[in-house]
Amino acid sequence: MAAISREEVAHLARLARLAVNETELDTFAGQLDVILQAVARVGEVAAADIPPTSHSVPLTNILRDDVVKPGLTRDEALSGAPDAADGRFRVPRILDEEA
Amino acid sequence: MSDVTRATAAELGRMIGAGEVSAEEVTRAHLDRIAAVDGQVHAFLHVDAEGAIAAARAVDSARARGEKLGPLAGVPIAIKDVIATKGVPTTCASKILEGWRPPYDATIMERINAAGMVMLGKTNMDEFAMGSSTEYSAYGPTRNPWDLGRIPGGSGGGSAAAVAAYEAPLAIGTDTGGSIRQPGAVTGTVGSKPTYGGTSRYGLVAFSSSLDTPGPVTRTVLDAALLHEVIGGHDPRDSTSIPAPLPAIVEAARLGATGDLSGVRIGLVREFAGEGAEPGVAAAVREAIEALVKLGAEVVEVSCPHFEYALPAYYLIAPSEASSNLARFDAVRYGLRVGDDGQHSLEEVMSLTREAGFGPEVKRRIMLGTYALSSGYYEAYYGQAQKVRTLITNDFKAAFEQVDVLVSPTTPFVAFPFGSRTSDPYQMYLADLYTIPTNLYGGPAISVPAGLSEGLPVGLQIMAPTMADDRMYRVAAALETVIPPLTPPALSGSNS
Amino acid sequence: MTITAPPEFEQVVARYEPVIGLETHVELGTNTKMFCGCPTEFGAEPNTQVCPVCLGLPGSLPVANKAAIEATIRIGLALNCSIASWCRFARKNYFYPDMPKDYQISQYDEPLCVDGYLDVEVEGQTVRVGIERVHLEEDTGKTLHLGGATGRIHGATESLVDYNRAGIPLVEIVTKPVAGTGALAPEVARAYVTELRDIIRSLGVSDVRMEQGSLRCDVNTSLNRPGDDWGTRTETKNVNSLRSVERAVRSEMLRQASVLDAGGTITQETRHFQEDTGDTRSGRSKEEATDYRYFPDPDLVPLAPDPAWVEELKAAMPEPPRVHRERLREQWGISELDMQSVINAGAVELIEATVAAGASPDAARKWWLGELARRANETGAELAEVGATPAHVAELQRLVDEGKLTDKLARTVLEGVVAGEGSPAEVVAARGLEVVSDTGALTAAVDEAIAANPDVAQKVRDGKVAAAGALVGAVMKATRGQADAKTVRELILSRLGAV
Ligand SMILES: [Mg+2]
Ligand SMILES: [Zn+2]
Repeated sequence: MAAISREEVAHLARLARLAVNETELDTFAGQLDVILQAVARVGEVAAADIPPTSHSVPLTNILRDDVVKPGLTRDEALSGAPDAADGRFRVPRILDEEA
Repeated sequence: MSDVTRATAAELGRMIGAGEVSAEEVTRAHLDRIAAVDGQVHAFLHVDAEGAIAAARAVDSARARGEKLGPLAGVPIAIKDVIATKGVPTTCASKILEGWRPPYDATIMERINAAGMVMLGKTNMDEFAMGSSTEYSAYGPTRNPWDLGRIPGGSGGGSAAAVAAYEAPLAIGTDTGGSIRQPGAVTGTVGSKPTYGGTSRYGLVAFSSSLDTPGPVTRTVLDAALLHEVIGGHDPRDSTSIPAPLPAIVEAARLGATGDLSGVRIGLVREFAGEGAEPGVAAAVREAIEALVKLGAEVVEVSCPHFEYALPAYYLIAPSEASSNLARFDAVRYGLRVGDDGQHSLEEVMSLTREAGFGPEVKRRIMLGTYALSSGYYEAYYGQAQKVRTLITNDFKAAFEQVDVLVSPTTPFVAFPFGSRTSDPYQMYLADLYTIPTNLYGGPAISVPAGLSEGLPVGLQIMAPTMADDRMYRVAAALETVIPPLTPPALSGSNS
Repeated sequence: MTITAPPEFEQVVARYEPVIGLETHVELGTNTKMFCGCPTEFGAEPNTQVCPVCLGLPGSLPVANKAAIEATIRIGLALNCSIASWCRFARKNYFYPDMPKDYQISQYDEPLCVDGYLDVEVEGQTVRVGIERVHLEEDTGKTLHLGGATGRIHGATESLVDYNRAGIPLVEIVTKPVAGTGALAPEVARAYVTELRDIIRSLGVSDVRMEQGSLRCDVNTSLNRPGDDWGTRTETKNVNSLRSVERAVRSEMLRQASVLDAGGTITQETRHFQEDTGDTRSGRSKEEATDYRYFPDPDLVPLAPDPAWVEELKAAMPEPPRVHRERLREQWGISELDMQSVINAGAVELIEATVAAGASPDAARKWWLGELARRANETGAELAEVGATPAHVAELQRLVDEGKLTDKLARTVLEGVVAGEGSPAEVVAARGLEVVSDTGALTAAVDEAIAANPDVAQKVRDGKVAAAGALVGAVMKATRGQADAKTVRELILSRLGAV
């Protein structure tokens, strides 16, 4: 049985903001299925009493003093912007028209 | 004067410091070499000739003023294009960042610049460091100087190829699942992955934050240690940077170069023996280990029963983190924007941009990670993978109670021909079989040339406990006394 | 389904029991942002308080602000919470242009402070509001919507983003559901936010100004019939003043009751409070369930507050506002009822500061609850923003006590202060309002009045002291009110040998 359906792949693409086309959807569905079946093996060994490791270095409480540091100028901040206006980043309308 | 492009970084640093050659001469020689061969190799995405010459001249005038120079001052270096370089294009080999010039320098770039090193340019890679062949660069693949029909490894194929082809004596790579070591192995160069947290990630465009580690790509072990010393050490801008001094790695490399390994215990991972390394690779590695024994090392077989789960755990953890790290490429603050024509909403523009800007491997991993993190699957996938990480770490810790270092082939196979693994993503993932456990554990590992198989380089991987990077440099430098640096065949259109 | 006319509130609470919950976001007043060294000052030019970290530039990394962690622990302690011995930041993943990394660093299943409470007083009753959690996260940028009718996101053709606010430390305080408050539910909600604001202000960790958005409130409301399970709740956002908190609960209770009365069901949804009409409106209708894909942020390491550190912070906690107010009440020697009117007027701290500046409690209370409260009422301003400071009021009272101003003059001077003409002394000087205390000038005026009113003067001489009032009036008139009536009276009596 497939681990992931074509509909699920379409949902993931939506969540990840990827406008995948129909052909890609099929390709990804097949490939993700193979990969997921392979990686699902992690479930074989990891028992409930094993603590998870999120970092290889067991550091805690890495904190910064509350002191202002120089940042970027506005020109630097906007230098990579696809579009800017009035010192701000310009984006197209946020809501869909029918909303 | 002999060809400075053949010299090691340590030699170049000494010669520049002694005034035997100027930094500008050294830089120009490398720029000439790039001009001569990079058309074939395609190691570079961007060459900053002007910036390099200016940096070299600054070193020369500092020397003229009588200033004391560091050991690598004036030595050229190539930087993987995943490292932010102020004012110099940084693309991660992706269309989505085409033309982006960061307004800031990565911490390791600040340190490289402060050491008086000369950045030649930015090297090619698999897009966002996702791949094992550099075939997933949006700007065309890098070719292996040993055989232009074969891959140079990945993701840092550009850095490895640049060093192998004498375009640069030093390069920076980044290693998430083997992206420094695996290209090192297949190009006959030295690839060193420091302890996670031993080199700063600030300014390294994140692929998998809990695994990414920048490190040296060189032709000799001493050069790797020297570069490691420049870029390594605590960085308060990286919360995961280890607030402790680096081990004495340069001394360790020098000690290893005496060729004495008596008292050193070397572990062979039993579980790796059965895992399909090509016969030629297995043979070369066996010979390298015998050489280490002749130098006085003791070999012990150890068991790491959970290593077989490393690859599955990695392909859950890395894509999960990547799916979140790569969300910021959304067509708002930098990079590509597609579809902003008044017809599309921002959400559509984001989706169209990401669709057009990311290549297939990046999209595949984003989708995989999005799936693994989504509610209902988190525990079964990401959660379980984190537990496997604990088990693998325990395996390493148990092994290091018996031995000082672990050794293995770096890759199961030598450089493969272009296109031979791109159709099956999971087959490509197997290239990192031996390198991935270390990333999950966080310890240091280095790949050093272990000879040839069918005329192509084979790498030996040496793994050490976290923050014991000195151990791997010692063993690697000792091996170098038996297996000297490899020289690839001459590239056409160049005199060597 | 038809929606019937809104039933009267009393009838609603007779038929339904409300359950409320509040989620409050407080922007901390740290010098720098949560994960970078950018300044946090309000009102800077757009995109001038940004760096690679808070712009989410590729390669940048967060480092947590120690002062923000400390402030959050202190808020947790003030709300009687347990402080986690180990916790982590998580990433909340969703795409939005005001969020530079397209994920928010927040705390998810491991908040820094959990399980506390806050007691609030409503109509003489103490209501205990349970605190579910206090956690730390980062604020988003600010978006300007263009092309639409009113600057709203709906109908806008494009938007402009400023990331100055992006990354400012934000503390989220979530209550447990509060049930059983019946008709008092709206007031409980308001009293809770008021008390929370006072606590946070007393800690000095935020200026908690709702009008600047440094304190923001989301209000959850549901209704159920007595004996039934709790109803479906709605979440009302955009509640930007204390008064609105109360109104939002009330109007949502009325709205839900009318839906339920008509046999309808409540949809779990986000609603927006309308400041102008005082009711709530449904948010986006076609909102799909979002999957935030929370996971521990691998760029940050766990927080494990050292118990000794927490104890140290606990030892340095200021007096809780409730205790502090009770102590003030005793010091000021006023009744609980009088204290309540001080609290209702939002004048506790102002009076306290005025007393600290040298005025008597009675005088301070008189000015703030009288003249100044009236002014604030007229202009719709907060008392603290009325234009006079505690120092001004104390100075004004001193001038009165020294006899340099009469009460009447003082009110005129206060007008000048409120109008921004400067300190009381400056207004006195500029307007020439000082009491005529020059005895020579005053004696002349008294003699003039006596000469002009011989009959009255004679009556006084004859012992009819009360008649002196007419002479006092005449002198006051002649000095245009700038003399002290008491002094004038004494002078008259002594001139006429009546003392
Ligand atoms: Mg929140
Ligand atoms: Zn910043």
